[in-house]
Amino acid sequence: MLQVRGLTVSVAGRTILGGVDFHVDRGETVVLFGPNGSGKTSLLKTIIGHPDYRVESGSIVFKGRDITGLPTDERARLGIGIAFQRPPAVRGVRLKDLLQACIEIRGETDGEIIDEYARRLNLEDFLRREINLGFSGGEIKRSELLQLMAQAPDFIMLDEPDSGVDLVSINLVGEVINGMLQKNRRAVKRSRAGMIITHAGYILDYVNADRAYVMLGGAIFCSGNPRDVLADIRAKGYEGCVVCER
Amino acid sequence: MRKIDAEKKAKAAASRPSVFGPDIDLAAYSAEAEDHGSVRRLKELPAEFKDRAAYVGIDAEEDCRAGSFFQADHTVMFSESRHKGLEVMSTVEALAKYDWLEDYWWEAVGPDTDKYTAQAELKQNSGYFLRALPGARAEFPLQACLYMTRDGLAQNVHNIIIAEEGSELHIITGCATAQRMRSGLHVGVSEFYVKKDARVTFTMVHNWAEDMAVRPRAAAVVEENGVFLSNYVCMKPVRTLQMYPTAYCMGENSVVRFNNILLAPPGSSMDVGSKACLRAKGSRVEVVTRAITSGGDIIARGHLIGEVPEVKGHLECRGLILAEKGRIHAIPELQGEVSGIDMSHEAAVGKIAEEEIRYLMARGLSADEATAAIVRGFLDIEIKGLPEHLKAEIRRAVSLGGKDRLM
Ligand SMILES: Nc1ncnc2c1ncn2[C@@H]1O[C@H](COP(=O)(O)OP(=O)(O)OP(=O)(O)O)[C@@H](O)[C@H]1O
Ligand SMILES: [Mg+2]
Repeated sequence: MLQVRGLTVSVAGRTILGGVDFHVDRGETVVLFGPNGSGKTSLLKTIIGHPDYRVESGSIVFKGRDITGLPTDERARLGIGIAFQRPPAVRGVRLKDLLQACIEIRGETDGEIIDEYARRLNLEDFLRREINLGFSGGEIKRSELLQLMAQAPDFIMLDEPDSGVDLVSINLVGEVINGMLQKNRRAVKRSRAGMIITHAGYILDYVNADRAYVMLGGAIFCSGNPRDVLADIRAKGYEGCVVCER
Repeated sequence: MRKIDAEKKAKAAASRPSVFGPDIDLAAYSAEAEDHGSVRRLKELPAEFKDRAAYVGIDAEEDCRAGSFFQADHTVMFSESRHKGLEVMSTVEALAKYDWLEDYWWEAVGPDTDKYTAQAELKQNSGYFLRALPGARAEFPLQACLYMTRDGLAQNVHNIIIAEEGSELHIITGCATAQRMRSGLHVGVSEFYVKKDARVTFTMVHNWAEDMAVRPRAAAVVEENGVFLSNYVCMKPVRTLQMYPTAYCMGENSVVRFNNILLAPPGSSMDVGSKACLRAKGSRVEVVTRAITSGGDIIARGHLIGEVPEVKGHLECRGLILAEKGRIHAIPELQGEVSGIDMSHEAAVGKIAEEEIRYLMARGLSADEATAAIVRGFLDIEIKGLPEHLKAEIRRAVSLGGKDRLM
């Protein structure tokens, strides 16, 4: 589904990603671990085509097509979706209106589906509110997921969907992510794939991941079984990664 | 004010420039206009008149209207009330009919305010008189249109609006020019009298020719428990527009709210303010302005004066600059004359945050769609106390106005 090769990215003249290589196959869910400031969010923003993140070399190939130079909206329309770690508030634009635009873009005409999605995330009362304006941390995470549901992308990037989410909501969040990633089907029958950034790994108690990548200093350092990798990081910290012989 | 006194004052002010806005050479405009005759029903107006008027909210079918007034250049072509508690006629007719009208004539606005008010007195071309009798309440609004067809014309109108005790008066008023018209001058004096327990909502939409000079001069006197809501929408080019309507809260617990929606395309200069004098305990005022420039200049003023204790006022102005050349100057003024008042303001001027556009683009909206959604949201102000169909009318005017230029 997604192949990233030798991706080097700079922001304002400073290199923040240096030769990132990884791939995600159809039906897979991968996890991205890494210390604060290691470049995880930057990688996701580069994949969605944020213009501040300049690709110096390397490529991003999605569904067999090189999208490295495409604008953000075209990438979204091709089927890449992202739940941001810290999205902005959009004053004046109601959440419902954005969701409506999202479902229209994918050719869905039944507006009631929005209410159904909102119900699943316990966000019915937020539809009339302005996007993210005054939302709590956990509400923002759910609002991001709600927007992804309306978009229904094939490749779903989730930047810390579990940070700041309470114990009841994380259940909802997990269920919704599983639904979007078609976890009820066998992997070969799935048409979608996902990539999840998490620090503590809470979300992994709800969503099964196939593979983990560890990012250090702007590059993918290693990969492995998510539970093993998380256990190693818990035990030895990221310094352990540096000496790890995996 | 008596006619002779008004004339005397006006003559003394005939060359007095306005405090605000560029000075206009009144001699450059002509007073001559053809007689357009009258129509028996509004829908008998010429097609172009109807089309242009429709844009500013005037419904020639009068479907949901309690009455209509239509003046083209100097000719009052139609005036009729369809509700027995409401009166609609030209101010010329009203002055002849009611001796007591002198008590309202030039009592809210001074004829010697500047050369424009002076001209409105000395060379008056009618205008509308709208009145709700005591306790009268019509479900639908009255509509009044001031239309101009002749290039180079000066149209000087004087309007009087009276809501008698306990009445409710909703007004849609539109000013428009014929398609072929390029330049002209419109001077419109409007005096509002909102009596005890009465309520007036006044929604004004302007659609001028590009080279027009426009000088409205309005004031409202609001008595005890009276409510005056004024909504102004101007989203079309106009060479120079300057207005600074003032509301006087004379009665206890009177409420005033001004909402202004302005869009200045290149070549437009708008100087629009709202002023309120809080003169009685418990009176409140709120001014909300949304200004967008796509290349023109906007000065958005606001001035609240708290003259007695226990009054409350708030000014809010937000401006959006969508083009390199556009300018917005927000000038909010708060003046407290005594202690025990509560007045505040907030103003913000800037461009749309790139981050917000990019966020919406990550959901698949194009840059233009994202910008349009944010601009629509920016203009969608919560207008409290307005009947639903008037809200719809404003939304319609806003979406029409934005469409050609922004979206
Ligand atoms: N737009 C930007 N301008 C300047 N520096 C940036 C920008 N985006 C990222 N950086 C820098 O790049 C580095 C990586 O940041 P990034 O947000 O990708 O980290 P992260 O791995 O997501 O961290 P966290 O776990 O704290 O979310 C940081 O040092 C950050 O300050
Ligand atoms: Mg991050």
